[in-house]
Amino acid sequence: MSHKKISFKLNGKTAEVEVEDRTLLVHAIREKLNMTGTHIGCDTSHCGVCTVDIDGESVKSCTLLAVQAAGKNIVTVEGLADDKGLHAVQAAFIQEHGLQCGFCTTGMMMRAYRFLQENPEPTEEEIRWGLSGNLCRCTGYQNIIKAVMTASKNLKEVATAE
Amino acid sequence: MIPSNFTYHAPSDLEQVFSLFDTYGKQAKVLAGGHSLLPMMKFRFAEPKQLIDLAGIDALKGVTVKDKVIDIGATTTETSILNHPELKKLCPLLVEATRLIADPQVRNRGTIGGDIAHGDPGNDHPSVMLALDATFHLASAQGTRLVKADNFFLGTYQTALQEGELLTRISIPLSVASRPFGFRKLKRKTGDFATAACALTLVKEGNQCREVRIALTNLGPKSFRAEQAEYLLNSTSISEDSINAAVHLAMQACEPAKDQRGDSQYKTNMAGEMLRRALDDAMA
Repeated sequence: MSHKKISFKLNGKTAEVEVEDRTLLVHAIREKLNMTGTHIGCDTSHCGVCTVDIDGESVKSCTLLAVQAAGKNIVTVEGLADDKGLHAVQAAFIQEHGLQCGFCTTGMMMRAYRFLQENPEPTEEEIRWGLSGNLCRCTGYQNIIKAVMTASKNLKEVATAE
Repeated sequence: MIPSNFTYHAPSDLEQVFSLFDTYGKQAKVLAGGHSLLPMMKFRFAEPKQLIDLAGIDALKGVTVKDKVIDIGATTTETSILNHPELKKLCPLLVEATRLIADPQVRNRGTIGGDIAHGDPGNDHPSVMLALDATFHLASAQGTRLVKADNFFLGTYQTALQEGELLTRISIPLSVASRPFGFRKLKRKTGDFATAACALTLVKEGNQCREVRIALTNLGPKSFRAEQAEYLLNSTSISEDSINAAVHLAMQACEPAKDQRGDSQYKTNMAGEMLRRALDDAMA
């Protein structure tokens, strides 16, 4: 069995972890680093509840080996809020009732966080397409679309104010 | 969910890749985006003992346009193709088709070379490459040989790639890339493989087309060209009759596998319909 010691940035801090070559990134994040906001909802790379942000891109962490993430900059849902409070995406999911069981929410918010940087003023259709890698069983998506719309507006206001 | 054990290698140039090929032979598998290979490994459909990650090899990434050829590195991601500033204008078929592959996260990792080299009849790039008359660069320690898309796809998960070879680049002639095109993909939902899809390019001359290239996806053990339909369309003017006849010929060439996307008859009929619509788009 082949083991490696790797390190990467996780939510702004250097994380060092010993993994097997075959360890999936999602397991390294959850089981070795105890960041359990990132979830596992399938074994075929469809559901997107394991979505994290790696070097500025949304990635399904179930379909990446931990060793592939060595040296990268990873943000998980635990890294969204800062000392000023919730990220606009998180606040908007609460306001628009964009979650129920909360299991997809972490991946959904990580995708929305990146999507709104790729496309700051999306149409409803663009949001649905941009979040098509994330499945939700509870909400029927409608309020998630509203949440992303609201987050888009709020982020724009913040940007204008600054 | 849990892959078997293997040893991970991260070479930084092609020489190291070939040296690893030489050492490990059939035990080795290259890891590109990993969005076909890792899912198969997680089900233990594939259990390679040595995994060679191509991510560290910069020479395999990126799109360049020169000498009337679009040259795409094998590990260029689907997202990079979508976001490329020129490709939408130079090769709209490739960009339109890429939009319909998988989902944003998968497109951030999945590569055009991996999509082609996997040899899955459900993948979209093989037909697009057939329609674009692409050429593949297959490199080995001995050098590089060029293989046309027409001669590359041999069967389900079977391609002309031999042991010790790596698909490094894809070349598309600008003259074909800029032709009128059609791409139609019937799928159950966003992110699904096609129930049936058709990619085609042609040269328009009034009500006549020539040099039409029709490729069909997920309608047989591999992506293939509907050559008899092409021949008929090239040799007659476009009319309801000639389109019906071409659709009929293309449907005769289909031998789709029955699965949860439908039986053979349904898929074959949908192949005809996708061809009809793609042709409409190209002639519009």
